[in-house]
Amino acid sequence: MALTHEGNATLFSASMAGTLRLIAYLVVASVLMVVDNHAHWLTRARYGAAVVLEPVYKLAGLPADAINAAHVAFSSRKKLVDENRELQRNLLLANARLNHMASVAEQNHRLKRLLETQRKLEMKVQLARLIDVDLGPYRHRIMLNVGAREGIKPGQVVIDAHGVMGQVVEVLPNTCEAMLVTDPDSSVPVVIARTGVRTLVHGSRDGDRLLLPNIPVSADVRVGDQLLTSGLGGRYPPGFPVGKIVSVQPDPSGMFLEAVAQPAAHLQRSSNVLLLRDLAPPVGPPAPAASVGPPAAWAPLKPGASHAEAGR
Amino acid sequence: MNHVRARRWLFVGSLLVSLFLMVLPLPEALVWFKPFWPALVLTFWALETPQRVSLGLAFGIGLGADLLNGLLLGDQALRLTIIVFLVLRFRLRLRFFPLWQQALAVLALLVNNRVLQLIIRLFDGQPLPPPAFWVAPVIGALLWPLVFLVLDGLDTRLRVREA
Repeated sequence: MALTHEGNATLFSASMAGTLRLIAYLVVASVLMVVDNHAHWLTRARYGAAVVLEPVYKLAGLPADAINAAHVAFSSRKKLVDENRELQRNLLLANARLNHMASVAEQNHRLKRLLETQRKLEMKVQLARLIDVDLGPYRHRIMLNVGAREGIKPGQVVIDAHGVMGQVVEVLPNTCEAMLVTDPDSSVPVVIARTGVRTLVHGSRDGDRLLLPNIPVSADVRVGDQLLTSGLGGRYPPGFPVGKIVSVQPDPSGMFLEAVAQPAAHLQRSSNVLLLRDLAPPVGPPAPAASVGPPAAWAPLKPGASHAEAGR
Repeated sequence: MNHVRARRWLFVGSLLVSLFLMVLPLPEALVWFKPFWPALVLTFWALETPQRVSLGLAFGIGLGADLLNGLLLGDQALRLTIIVFLVLRFRLRLRFFPLWQQALAVLALLVNNRVLQLIIRLFDGQPLPPPAFWVAPVIGALLWPLVFLVLDGLDTRLRVREA
């Protein structure tokens, strides 16, 4: 190491060689970053290195599992009995609701057949478990214990019992990474359940909130409104809860309303999640009528185009 | 001979453990307080046995870190290389500092590291991080005496047996 020659390494006689080598490494690193930004080498390199990476992730997830196991092992019998009773009551309630829903679904089915829309929403789901790995606090990402071997593909939607969590963005052989709806890169087409207003929900730049930055001023939006996926764009199937609006105010320009929503899914507390398989065929507005008037290139973007982007 | 090998294992093992600590999850509240472990361990070895720590090693560890939890390939490689370069350059001075002064120097290194990270993030189009972003360097500096004493203790024990 020319850099660390003990004999003559006073502070300022530091060798040029060391500095040159530093510059060389900095250049290599910068080139890597620029190339990676365009070509996404990191994703490919991660897939290649999965043999090494996945055991590390599994190992890092162990303490959280152990804490869970210890919690089960040491919680008192009385607490478990209480929990059991509570769960049974919930089950009963849920079953009752389900029975009610069955009749509604039946009716819905009849009406749909009446309307000759043959699309059936038969969803196949797959249960996955969260691997508790720290990917950095500002990354709204989670890691799941299923991957390419189980047939997971980028774009699959992740939900929990309460609502939409996000979608899979990166798949390794045995694990995959999902982007949460709170990620700044995420956007979900939604419909406000009470009024039917359609809009987009984006992740927020800070914290665990959702933003709805451009709702028309004339739209009827109130605090407490439920947001459901609208199914436009074909990425997220329609009808899943996304969040609840917690505040509405005009944006600085006064042209739009800005709303903030709280995600419906328990993003921090879920440990078991569901991955939707077999995406329902894209449901959207009917194909546009044959073009009359100005060339199609002048037309504004179709709504579907922006969500396809959101899938990344 | 065995102890030479043991010392090499300590060197390699501590670097691997530092990478592992990086992805080990912490409770939600502590998530911003996680220090940059590979930087602390590399700094120790650069001070203690500079003949084993080169810029290439720092670059390699950084690439490993990027593979584990990276946003951009090369990001942590660049930052670790700079840290190790600075430590090696000022090694003769840093080595004879009392521990608390070393901790201050480590704080400076880690803050510098955060500034670089911020610049890279902004180039990448990431949003500005919350103020808690700046807490981790302080935690790293506070943990420096611990890292130093533990690694130095283990290393010295192995070296004494070797002699």
